[in-house]
Amino acid sequence: MSQQQLYFEDVQEGQEVPTLTVHCDSQRLVMWAAASGDFYQIHYDKDFAIGNQLPERIVHGALKHALLGRMLHEWIAPGGRIKRLACQYRGMDLVDKNVICKGVVTRKYQEDGRNLVELEVWTESEDGQKTTPGTAIVILPSRGR
Amino acid sequence: MTQPSLITDEMRSYIGRESEPVTVEVDKTACRMFARAVGYTDPVFYDEEEAKRRGYRSIPAPPGFLGHPVYNPARPQRADYLPPFQTGLRRVLNGGTDIEYFDDICAGDVLTMTRKLVDLQEREGRLGKMLIMVNEMTYRRGDQVVAKVRGTLIQY
Repeated sequence: MSQQQLYFEDVQEGQEVPTLTVHCDSQRLVMWAAASGDFYQIHYDKDFAIGNQLPERIVHGALKHALLGRMLHEWIAPGGRIKRLACQYRGMDLVDKNVICKGVVTRKYQEDGRNLVELEVWTESEDGQKTTPGTAIVILPSRGR
Repeated sequence: MTQPSLITDEMRSYIGRESEPVTVEVDKTACRMFARAVGYTDPVFYDEEEAKRRGYRSIPAPPGFLGHPVYNPARPQRADYLPPFQTGLRRVLNGGTDIEYFDDICAGDVLTMTRKLVDLQEREGRLGKMLIMVNEMTYRRGDQVVAKVRGTLIQY
């Protein structure tokens, strides 16, 4: 990626991470099943999902975690690193909808010589519901050296 | 009227018990496949030379990917350190994931993973009675801990 590096000095509390919107169609869920090794049928077999009292196939929770990871990676690459990413799968996202990933900086600080940025992160469904609230810590390079 | 608890003393006795280590391979093609499923376009996840130029030992494991346990059809796929709890609950949902990284994880890494049940809770929710299990997985490369995962599973 030929993007400009984000530095610790560029970040302020309250700053928003660029939103990442990903359409989660059945192809993506099948690719995710293969890539992750999670073959639970509620994610790709409509009859099975409905038989399990679900309205439709649902997006894997761990895929939403990984999409939040992608949003952070694309914000901090190439020189930043994700230190921690945690989220809870509170609401279901159904197949064939957009998953909208968002984040906002809550704190920046230095510790053990590292530049750390804490964030609140979450995914929203198309109707604006926060389905996956979470928190993250990223390490950023400094302009200092 | 008080309902009987889902969680028995026997179930509680498994809290804190650690599994035998499982070998986990971080394969190069698996890293690419994971990156593709998540929709990455950054070449660092596809091109090993680009990854090395950027200071990685090889293609980095995309965030959320910690490799695959080596598949062996002769061994149980489910965690064998825990007995199946007889709660009468048949369905499972993933409740949450918390990953903390202590080093880069790259293609070619062979890790060992141990699991531990760290918490059991029960709750009455939208889905009826729920058993909430929190497992902690520790990933090591040699003696070095490279990642810790806390995963929440909901049986309902």
